[in-house]
Amino acid sequence: MKQNWLPRTVLFISAMVFIVAGFSSMAFGKDKLKIGFVYVSPIGDAGWTYQHDLGRLAVEKNLGDKVSTKFIESVPEGAEAERVIRDLAKSGYKLIFTTSFGYMNPTLKVAKLFPKTIFEHSTGYKLAKNVGTYMCRFYEGRYLTGIIAGKMTKSNQLGYVAAFPIPEVIRGINAFTLGAKSVNPDIRVKVIWVNSWFDPGKEREASEALIDQGVDVITHHTDSTAPVMTAEEKGVYAIGYHSDMSKYGPNAQLTATTHVWGDYYTKVARQVLDGTWKSTAVWGGIKDGMIKLAPISKKVPADVVELVKKTQKSIADGSFHPFTGPIRRQDGKLLVKAGKHLTDKDLLGMNYYVEGIIGSIPK
Amino acid sequence: MTLDTLMNILVATIAAGTPLVYAALGELIVEKSGVLNLGVEGMMLVGAISGFIVMAKTGSLLLAVSCGMLAGAIMSLIFAVLTLTLMANQVASGLALTIFGTGLSSFMGIDYTSVALKGAREIHIPFFSDIPILGRLVFSYDILVYLSLVLLALVLWFLYKTRAGLILKAIGESPRSGHALGFPVIRIRYLAVLFGGAMAGLGGVYLSVAYTPMWVEGMVSGRGWVALALVVFATWRPMRVLTGAYLFGGVTIIQFHIQGFGFEIPSQVLSMLPYLATIAVLVLISRDKKLIRLNSPASLGITFHPENN
Repeated sequence: MKQNWLPRTVLFISAMVFIVAGFSSMAFGKDKLKIGFVYVSPIGDAGWTYQHDLGRLAVEKNLGDKVSTKFIESVPEGAEAERVIRDLAKSGYKLIFTTSFGYMNPTLKVAKLFPKTIFEHSTGYKLAKNVGTYMCRFYEGRYLTGIIAGKMTKSNQLGYVAAFPIPEVIRGINAFTLGAKSVNPDIRVKVIWVNSWFDPGKEREASEALIDQGVDVITHHTDSTAPVMTAEEKGVYAIGYHSDMSKYGPNAQLTATTHVWGDYYTKVARQVLDGTWKSTAVWGGIKDGMIKLAPISKKVPADVVELVKKTQKSIADGSFHPFTGPIRRQDGKLLVKAGKHLTDKDLLGMNYYVEGIIGSIPK
Repeated sequence: MTLDTLMNILVATIAAGTPLVYAALGELIVEKSGVLNLGVEGMMLVGAISGFIVMAKTGSLLLAVSCGMLAGAIMSLIFAVLTLTLMANQVASGLALTIFGTGLSSFMGIDYTSVALKGAREIHIPFFSDIPILGRLVFSYDILVYLSLVLLALVLWFLYKTRAGLILKAIGESPRSGHALGFPVIRIRYLAVLFGGAMAGLGGVYLSVAYTPMWVEGMVSGRGWVALALVVFATWRPMRVLTGAYLFGGVTIIQFHIQGFGFEIPSQVLSMLPYLATIAVLVLISRDKKLIRLNSPASLGITFHPENN
């Protein structure tokens, strides 16, 4: 018997289309929270933006189909950022993370136009009803890595390649120095400013200059992996920043201060889903799981690892603050008395070196 | 400052100056033929990423260098077609080439940001590299540093000892006379521009494969412009180009050392120093007006129409 397949096929296909469309509309109908991320540089595989993108992936993993995320990378700070953020808000993104300091004013401007969209701006200091800020207590990690550097150096000279003389960077240098001095009072920290966040050529030249001057542990507050790579090449130790950079210096890297955003991003997304989100200024550290050390190299002796773990725990439970006195300024003047520690306000405005650092802060 | 530190500064200086030597020597030949190509920065960037990609894929330095030079030459070919065949304005075309090269290199490098590379390493010649002081100063660089010196010798020989060099310089002085004598002005200028492109590409490869073995958008960071300025301030003489390039590299390195020693000089002033020092020194050594007139190509940047003569 000859059968006419056509009507059946049509029927079958249209049924399938309806079913699929029905399911997908159901899925969309459940109000997926659309989350947008704005990045200042390409993601790459190490560095500031890479860490934020790990955070984005963690949100996707933790909240599954309740959310959908999108990122836009290499967005220059300034007018272009405002356009990108506005486009995200316009196309229905209800939670937007802007992950660089220079996005502060564009974020606030767009937030005014979209009062129902929630914005979270990283490292800024201006809040609004629908804009929260968040950043890490990088200095806690710096103090811990300082302990390792102070124990591992043979020349008692540590090197620091720094970007710009702003409080955030200076705080890191001071914390690193205090950590190192806590285990090795003779330590000297040499700082070289390269006046750039991201210039591998300069970072390399600065690292080489430090190594030539007798430094045997290098760390950096710049965005490229060049200092770690230079240390590897020259056979000295390095301490990475932002990400685990052991890939670039398998022998050189002792550990790295890394920031972990995934838990925080997940928490914020949950709050937005539940409608409990409120604008806050978050400054999280080891306690909040926002600062972690990369795996410590096998070259570091077990007792040092033990000491670092102990200090890490006491920072986490609040029994120890890295900026606890007695702390002296570079010129020897007493800054904090024994038993006291600096307040958050002091830390946020830090514009001086502590004792043990060589060089001056460019004004 | 110990002898060891001094040695380290000298060695680092040579490496820091090498990309400038390549790019500036190439541009010198281009300008000697009477063409002004302001696209050095763009050609260096495209050379850098092309060389980097090839190095990452194959691991062969030879291939990376060839491809980087080829890429630089292709970029300069665009410039040559625009200015020599289509008679477009050289300054505008050169600037456009830089902007195009910046964008193109970022696009080509999308998948290669922060890829780690085993770069060209310093050579080690048994015995020679082990001689105290001299061994470190003369026999401890990567192969591309030596190549730059070989190319310098070739350029010197070509410009001052060969008939072809004389013709090139004559065309830079007066393309009309050269044309009247029967020299193919446009073809010679094409070759000069291509050479300049290949050299700029090689300078870029040096940066991305040997100096900082990684790719970063805009990693040439102004060295192309420095090379252009070097050619002018060195009054179009190869040995002075070399002096200027090493001087620039040297001051760049020294200013980091100064910071490390803890002198009370603002780092912003130190960042300015390489530019100031290089210009000051080159202007001083080249202040003889007669020599400037003698060495600067009289028809630099002027479009030449063979048909109108």
